[in-house]
Amino acid sequence: MAPASSTTSMKVSFRVNGTPRELELDPRVTLLDALREHLHLTGAKKGCDHGQCGACTTIVNGARINACLSLAVMHAGDEITTIEGIGQPDALHPLQAAFIEHDGYQCGYCTPGQICSALAMLEEIDRAVPSHVQEDLLQKAGITEAEIRERMSGNICRCGAYANIVAAILEIAEGETA
Amino acid sequence: MMKFDRPAERNPIDDQTVVGQPTSRIDGALKTTGQARYAYEQHDVVPDQTYGYLVGAGIARGRIRAIDSRAARDLPGVIEVITWENAGDVTYPGGGTPDYLAGPEIQHYHQAVALVVAESFEAARDGAFLLEISYDRAPGRYALPSLAEGDWPAPDEAREGLEPVDSDTVGDFEAAFAAAPVRIEQRYQTSHESHAMMEPHATIAHWADGRLTLWTATQMVGWAQRSLARLFGIEKSDVRVIAPYVGGGFGAKLAIQSDAVLAAMAARKVGRPVKVALTRPMVMNNTTHRSATLQRVRLGAERDGRLTAIAHQGISGNLAEGRHEPAVSQTKLLYAGANRLTAMHMAILDLPKASDMRAPGEAPGLMALEVAMDELAEALGMDPVELRIRNDTQSDPADPERPFSERHLVECLRTGAERFGWSERSTTPGTRRDGDWLLGMGMAAGYRDNLVRQSAARIRLEQDGSLTVETDMTDIGTGSYTILAQTAAEMLGVPLGRVAVRLGDSDFPLSVGSGGQWGANNATAGLYAACVRLRAMICEMLQMPEAEAQFADGAVTGAGRRVELAELVRDEAISAEDRIEYGDLDETHQQATFAAHFVEAAVNAWTGEVRLRRMLSVCDAGRILNPKTARSQVIGSMTMGIGSALMEELAVDAGAGFFVNHDLAGYEVPVHADLPEQEVIFLDHPDAFSSPMKAKGVGELGLCGVGAAIANALYNATGIRLREYPLTLDGMLERLPPLAPPGP
Repeated sequence: MAPASSTTSMKVSFRVNGTPRELELDPRVTLLDALREHLHLTGAKKGCDHGQCGACTTIVNGARINACLSLAVMHAGDEITTIEGIGQPDALHPLQAAFIEHDGYQCGYCTPGQICSALAMLEEIDRAVPSHVQEDLLQKAGITEAEIRERMSGNICRCGAYANIVAAILEIAEGETA
Repeated sequence: MMKFDRPAERNPIDDQTVVGQPTSRIDGALKTTGQARYAYEQHDVVPDQTYGYLVGAGIARGRIRAIDSRAARDLPGVIEVITWENAGDVTYPGGGTPDYLAGPEIQHYHQAVALVVAESFEAARDGAFLLEISYDRAPGRYALPSLAEGDWPAPDEAREGLEPVDSDTVGDFEAAFAAAPVRIEQRYQTSHESHAMMEPHATIAHWADGRLTLWTATQMVGWAQRSLARLFGIEKSDVRVIAPYVGGGFGAKLAIQSDAVLAAMAARKVGRPVKVALTRPMVMNNTTHRSATLQRVRLGAERDGRLTAIAHQGISGNLAEGRHEPAVSQTKLLYAGANRLTAMHMAILDLPKASDMRAPGEAPGLMALEVAMDELAEALGMDPVELRIRNDTQSDPADPERPFSERHLVECLRTGAERFGWSERSTTPGTRRDGDWLLGMGMAAGYRDNLVRQSAARIRLEQDGSLTVETDMTDIGTGSYTILAQTAAEMLGVPLGRVAVRLGDSDFPLSVGSGGQWGANNATAGLYAACVRLRAMICEMLQMPEAEAQFADGAVTGAGRRVELAELVRDEAISAEDRIEYGDLDETHQQATFAAHFVEAAVNAWTGEVRLRRMLSVCDAGRILNPKTARSQVIGSMTMGIGSALMEELAVDAGAGFFVNHDLAGYEVPVHADLPEQEVIFLDHPDAFSSPMKAKGVGELGLCGVGAAIANALYNATGIRLREYPLTLDGMLERLPPLAPPGP
């Protein structure tokens, strides 16, 4: 097999957490590695690099994606939000505060992905994106434990903090709808 | 050094103004914002970092014939290809641990055969795929023995490839079993399991002036330092290991793995720092797993339920010279009974190395013993909770002179039964129905030893009156940061928010590390010792009698005076370091933790699909240092127990000799949708024999017995007794009760 030419690089521009970023990247660099290795935004985690664990969940143009399954150069012009853009230790997003209050994490490695995923998931419910556990697919789903558990199942937590993650999400969801 | 050789008396921890409170984690703001940095993420600690990509062997046993790395070396960006031929001198530990870099002999599938080092991850990965490796295959043994009915090796019997490793007898089991009016004899099987922590093994290695520094994902900083020093033939003091955050471990990160060793080898070779993370598909075969087990349980009882004969025998697998999975250990101590036999055999397998995973021994062992107890209860026509209560013991059954320090299993059982609504369980399996779902309840007892080990820490009273704790203890999700801060706050009377905790650095005092559910009790006890020393120093500075000194609200009060701690150190911070060591209280008394687990399960009457509805665990684990983080440990264990019982299985290709489903799509672990309602109750029984903290471990207890409670619930729902884990619907499909329309 002839070696691939890996000296090629491509320019790509996108916004990350509201800041314009221009990178010159090997086209094989995933969005996840662009964030972690090139922008040093290491909040998005690499748990499997295969789209199987959800630890890299990142919000792109308002939708959650597995950043490991997407090449960075495909995101020209995109609006990318990572956990660093959601809140900071001295200015937590309410969901981050709820995760702390409910102990919705242990080792912390899946946590940024869980939080990004949950925020986009609540938006999906709001946009009436249906799920497998919904009784009536034509109606907007309620924000219930069953809906959250179903819609968050792409985010694995091996420490098993699921019950607390659901409690944290429910708390802020109820706060928003109240 | 503080020697703990008498039961703890009243001490400042008993005040429980901070300790024992459900405090939120102090590392929470960093973890929830992505600012907690794990091993691979230390991009700014040393410049010029390179990327290493690990290549695993494509055969399970045999030899490397040749590695052609020319194409890889020609690839732009590739710096070096490390193989056994150029890796430089290392001394491998042997003794059942495979070499971290194979060559020319291959000891197991995905054993590392090369590391491609490059300027970028992409170039390293590309280079890895360009290696041409040829092998000579050799035959291997990959399956546990299949024993005919009635055949089981005698306790000390050796057979080809099957070695007796541990046996213990009390009284005359065979005679008592033969004479018992009610008998159960069954076999069970548990599967090979993978830790599957979310952060794969990862390391950045850096050499400078003959000294090695590693930022690595490890549970045991001290072990990593010692192992690396031996491997590279340097002094321990020339190795520094740093692990401030670790993305889960469950035993997988107790010993160093190939990421650490190959990163260090490569960094030595290329003269630049090298970072290596195992790819997820490499984790299951390159590193360790929990061995599958075959187990045989025989129970003999009087008609009133009193056990007279207990035998538990098991077989696990491992590489030659490896350790066995001690699946029968808890059976020596859980129940009364005069005549007992426990024995383990180890089958020599050429699979990857088997090693510790959360609750080694008890986790698979109780999945057999506690189902056998359920089967015995049914044979006796007795309630399973009552059967366990009837066989409680307050001392080591092999040595009645050796009591348990604290044992409240009966209270766990009674509390759980009442809180769960156990009385609503149908005693006839397969008779409760909710629409298309068959409903059942099951329970099991849980047991896990409490282990005491020495541990050291340092505490510094800073000039602003705040405290800094330093120890090489790790926090792998267990809550170490938080409970150490609580301990220091309680001991010195300083608000929790004024305590900083620095962990995971071999430059700090050597702690017990994280494993065996020993971390919390021992690491806080080590810090307790340091705090006692600091209190004494403060009293001496003030010429204040220690017995009168009260530490509260950032000040010390006594002998008619009140002095702000910050006043005391205005010119210079003071620090104290100490270590807790233990006498023989764990020999004179059996120290252990206990649980009662209750599960309600629903099984689809048409498809056999299992949905758990409710789980409750009642735990007796000494003082609970932080009910919030301890509860998380227990619900996390219960969740892992769901995995063991219902889905987790590393499937062996018995021809080629490897785990086939080596990623998170093939190896299924519980996800959000699998979880039922979970409840945890902690009993309040501080154990004065365990340490000055009066705490015991809880992080593994929650897993011990959960699988059996699930199995027993499925039986109660369906009347189908499955004895091979994981309990999947294919085992039930043909045997489900005849379908009648749901009742009115």
